This record gives sequence, C-alpha cells and structure tokens, in this order.
Amino acid sequence: MRRPSIFLREGIPTAIRPDGTLDRTHAPDISTERKRELYVAMLRTRVIDGRLERLQRQGRIGFHIGSLGEEASILGSAMAMGAQDWIFPCYREFGALLSRGFPLQSYVDNMFANANDIVKGRQMPDHYTSRAHRFGSVSSPIGTQISQAVGFAWAAKLKRDPITVAVYFGDGATSSHDFHTGLNFAGVYGAPVLFLCRNNQWAISLPSNEQTASQNFAEKASSYGVAAKRCDGNDVLATYHTITEALGYIQREKKPMMIEMLTYRMGGHSTSDDPRAYRVDDEVDRWAKTDPLVRMRRHLEHLGGWNETDESEAKQAVEQELSQCIERAEAAPPPELDTMFDDVYQTRPPHLQQQASQLIHGPRAVDPHLR
Amino acid sequence: MLEEMRLDENIVLMGEEVGYYQGAYKVTQGLLEEFGSDRVVDTPIAEAGFAGIGIGAAMVGLRPIIEFMTWNFSFVAFDQIVQNAAKLYQMSAGQLQVPIVFRGPNGAAKQVSSQHSHAVEAFYTHVPGLWVCAPATPRDAKGLLKAAIRDNNPVIFLEGETLYGIKGEVPEVEEDEIIPIGKAAVAREGTDATIVTWGSPYYTSLAAAERLAGAGIECEIIDMRSLRPLDMETVLQSVRKTNRCVVVHEHWPYAGPGAEIVDGIQRDAMDHLDAPILRVTGQDVPMPYATNLEENVLPTEARVEEAVKQVCYRQ
Ligand SMILES: Cc1ncc(C[n+]2csc(CCOP(=O)(O)OP(=O)(O)O)c2C)c(N)n1
Ligand SMILES: [Mg+2]
Repeated sequence: MRRPSIFLREGIPTAIRPDGTLDRTHAPDISTERKRELYVAMLRTRVIDGRLERLQRQGRIGFHIGSLGEEASILGSAMAMGAQDWIFPCYREFGALLSRGFPLQSYVDNMFANANDIVKGRQMPDHYTSRAHRFGSVSSPIGTQISQAVGFAWAAKLKRDPITVAVYFGDGATSSHDFHTGLNFAGVYGAPVLFLCRNNQWAISLPSNEQTASQNFAEKASSYGVAAKRCDGNDVLATYHTITEALGYIQREKKPMMIEMLTYRMGGHSTSDDPRAYRVDDEVDRWAKTDPLVRMRRHLEHLGGWNETDESEAKQAVEQELSQCIERAEAAPPPELDTMFDDVYQTRPPHLQQQASQLIHGPRAVDPHLR
Repeated sequence: MLEEMRLDENIVLMGEEVGYYQGAYKVTQGLLEEFGSDRVVDTPIAEAGFAGIGIGAAMVGLRPIIEFMTWNFSFVAFDQIVQNAAKLYQMSAGQLQVPIVFRGPNGAAKQVSSQHSHAVEAFYTHVPGLWVCAPATPRDAKGLLKAAIRDNNPVIFLEGETLYGIKGEVPEVEEDEIIPIGKAAVAREGTDATIVTWGSPYYTSLAAAERLAGAGIECEIIDMRSLRPLDMETVLQSVRKTNRCVVVHEHWPYAGPGAEIVDGIQRDAMDHLDAPILRVTGQDVPMPYATNLEENVLPTEARVEEAVKQVCYRQ
C-alpha cells in the first residue's frame, strides 16, 4: 500500500531561478569561488553516498544512512556557520562534518569500525563524534540531541562564550518530547541555539502530514516564543542566506531561532529501506526536478564558473580519494578486544578488569578455586 | 495478532511503521489491509506519546497492542510503562484496568551497537504490576502472545530481534493454543547439568548442549519463556536432578532475572548443588559495533560450553 506526502511549500522564497539566474533578495553576497566550494561540497557528499551504498550492497560495510537530495539543506546550513559554532547532528550530516575538515579517511574508518576508527569500533556506521571539529555525537534515539544542544548553548552563554549551537533533526523528530522541551527551554533561557529542522517530508514511511496537523513545522516554534522561518532546503544559496541571517539574529538578540529547511529524501531512509513499498513514484519524480545539485550547477554555469570538465574532474578527485581511503580502511586491523572495556568509566574499575582478564586469558585463569 | 484481532474488535495495534510499512520486521504484514487504519495505527515518533495513548484507551475498554520499533526506544516511554501502566490498577484500587501489551524486538541484532542492542528484561522484570514474556520458539511466541493479549494486566512481550527468521511448527487457529504466562519448559532433557535460559541465547545453549553431549555431558535446558512471574519450580526440579547449573542470558550481568534465578536456586536447592552456579552473560559494557568485539560481548557457544565444563569440574 502506497501514499504520498502532502505538504505545503507555498510562500517559501528561492534564490536560484530555474534559468540559473539569481533573486538577490534571497541570496547571500558571496564570491563565485565560495559558491564553487558549496557546490563541490554537495557533489562530494553525493559521490560518497553513492559509493557507500554500493559498499553496503556488496556486504563490505553494514549500514549507511545517506543524504541524497538533502545536500543543499545540510551544506548550505553547515557552511554558513562560523568555525567557533558547534554542531549537534542528527544522523544524515556527514557532509557537514567533512565540510569542517574532518578527514575522509577517518569517516571511512568509522564505516569499517576498524582500529583507526575515532570511536574505536563502538558505533554503527555514520555515528561519529569529533570534538576537534566541534561536532557532537550522533544519537540513535530520535531527538535526544535537541535538548542537549540547548543545555550546551545555555552553558556557553553563562560562560560568555559567543558561540551558536546548531542542532539538526528531522521532521519526525518534532514529535519527540526533546523537541518540545528544547524549544521551551531555549525560549525561556534565551539560549543561542539554531534549531535546524531538515524537513525531508518522510520519517521512514510516515509522511509529514501524518506526523503533524500543523501547516508546517516552523509554526510550532512560535508557541514557545522562538522565532522561526522556512527556507527552500533544495536551494543551497537560499539556505545559506537564511542561516546567515538567523545566526546574526541569534547573536544580536541573544535568542534562539528555528529554521525549517524544506527538502526531500530522494533515497531510502537508510540502506535497510526500500521506499518504493510505501510512497508513490510521481512524487519522487516531481522532487527530482528540484534536485539541489542540478539547480546550483545551473547557477554556476550561468556565472561561467563551472563546466563539464570541472564536473568530471571534481567527481574523479573524490572517487580517487575515496578509493584510497577504502583500501586503507579495509586493510586496517579490527579494534583490540581489550578496548571494549575502555571508556565505560574514566578509569577501568576492578569488575571490568576481571571481565577483561577472563575474556582474554580464559575464565579459569582468574578464578583459581574453579580449576 | 491476526487471529486475536479477528476474535476481538477491541484489539488495536499502534506503533511506528506498523501500518503501511507492515512492521520494521514485517511482523504486521497484511494487518492494515484487513483491519483498516482505525485499528492498525501508524504513529508519530513519540513512544511516550503512544504508550500513554494506549494506556488511556485501555482504561475505557480497548485492548491495545503497543509495538516499539525496538525495545531500545521504549526508554522514552519508561515513565508511562513503569509509573502508570504497571501501577494504575493498584493506585486506583482496582477501578482502572490497563489490559495492554507492549511488544517489539529485544536484544542485540547483528551490529547495531550501543543504543540499539539492549536486552531490556532486567529493567522491566524489576517492576511489580507487569508480566514479562520472552519466548524463544515460534510456537511459544504464538501461544504466549495470545495469552498476553487476553490477560487483563499489562504485559511486556520481548521478541528476540535475531529470532524473527527462526522457522518452526505453530498450532492451527482452531487449536487456539495458549501458553500460560509464567510457565517454563524443559526444552532438552539431561542428567549432568542444567542450563537455564530464554530468548536468543536459548539457541546458543542448545548448540552448546549438543557439543557437550559429544564430550559426554548431558545438559538439561530450561527455557524460562516468562520472566515475571518466574517458574522457579521447574528450575528447581531440574537442578535437584542434575545438581549443577549455568544460567545463560544476554542482558548485563549486574542484577536482573539472571541473578534472581541464581538467588532462588541457592535458597531452595542449596543442598543439591555440587558446584557454584555460573552465569554466562553479556559483558558489562555498552554494545560495541565491530564484529570481533560484538561477538565477544554476547554469550557464545564456547563460553556456555566452558561454563558447563567448569560446573562439572571437567577440563
Ligand atoms: C526514540 C526512537 N524511536 C524510533 C526510532 C526509529 N527511527 C529511526 S529514524 C526514524 C525516522 C526519523 O524521521 P525524521 O525525524 O523525519 O528524520 P529523517 O530520517 O527523515 O532524516 C525512526 C522512526 C528511533 N531511532 N528512536
Ligand atoms: Mg524526515
């Protein structure tokens, strides 16, 4: 049984017109070079997504959760942030992490959970953390990052640290209690949080119109006294522009803000999902026409800042880099057995020392009276 | 569920992905089509929300089955289950009944790591007012689920996430077989040692028992099937016969039904024991993802085999 997602997009401004020209009122004032960087970051994300999906199909990695079709919302927002700002991710934002300079090799090591993995083989693929890149931990239970981001921002405010904390979540997560708690506390405490609702119109098989009876997700924020706007999440320049303005508002007014980025999940929920079972094809076809990469490329071409050679060179560069990373990641050894007992506590307590020793030397080695 | 829903139109099913998606593990296949969206309800992502909705609906006579996509996400609804479903009958002195079943996949699947791999029985068996079932075989899953749906108390129903693929005979509709809540089964008879287990590690234990038989050790396997109430009588009978016992479970070692069973044996069969009771459990760490680590966190055949040899004082 299949059904569509019926969600309104009226009144959402776009920056890039269908012919590639720009509506300057909704576009950021940035150089062509910066625009190329935005496009290349989106392209890189898409190429990586494609390859990881293939690796999963081949059984070389266990899982991937991608961002096909949502690249503009992710990169347009992440790249508008300052280096000092923190990001609390949902789980589709590997592109945002990479755009902060996180090495591709580290990301791929995480996919393979090898000994070089930054989280030591403990987490599922796409569940990374990088404090050095001011990027919080990916949390599987929906929504928990939202209230945590508010607490993080509130503490930063108390310490007079002039940062903004951006937190990503999906349309589905707006039903979680952490969403409501987060907005409420952020409003009351004036926490410098940028709530980023990546409305891709589906929560696995549940369409947005069954997730909420609200007209849109942004309007939920107003009941908590939090300012909110919607933007075209498939238009990287409109997104970049909206986020830049929101960041200005948050620091100027010392108040939180929410942005609903309207986009569309072109692929399955994850590699474990086939959406053809529950959603209608013409909806996907319709959204394919608003592909964020196609739109931005058209704009760059209009500016004379991109051509076919650039495109194939950029793709090839990512493919090559990826191949090397995958080769190294596959060749790396798995994490040492003993490491599973690390970091449960800051120092390993006696009962875990005992378990480790039993696991590694056998149960009889430590319990002499049972010999 | 299908059979019970045909019998009683007060039964409704709620949860994420239960309708159009037909269940994350296709458990609810065909139900939306047959019963419609009033009785098979796709919910927004708010476990506390739909657990509370279910509890409220149960008070006025519906018999909700609440599916958690996995039990890992039930923690969001912990307050509703522990503070409300379990106690409303007691707090209202019997005025408000909550005939509800909370069910879904439990325990580690392959490689789903720290936040997706909980064996939650230790949390829920702790709570008076709840029954807890953890079947291992298809036949028990069917018969116990029917019992749970017909029971007027709130029931926690734990389906081993790795067991959905297990095939086995189940009785026909007409037989209407009910497996009573709180009754263990002797799944394998033996004379030398008792293995007490439930859920996924039941299969690990069976395999270990076959290997041990090759070494001349005959294990009796008790499949608990329900964890609250605990059928200690069946366990004690077996231990009094074999004089040795190993308890095998997936949940963390600290407290929980595994420790509870050991306590019951030491109290009521102390004089029959020829060796300290051993437990084979999940390691006391959040579940890692890497295959080599995960394999060593879960109870393995080798660890069960070794523990049985230890209680038999064999090398
Ligand atoms: C508490 C909880 N319940 C259920 C799930 C299962 N789940 C994982 S992703 C998802 C859908 C989320 O949808 P949305 O918030 O729109 O994000 P999207 O995946 O579309 O980016 C669900 C229900 C979960 N991870 N956590
Ligand atoms: Mg979504």
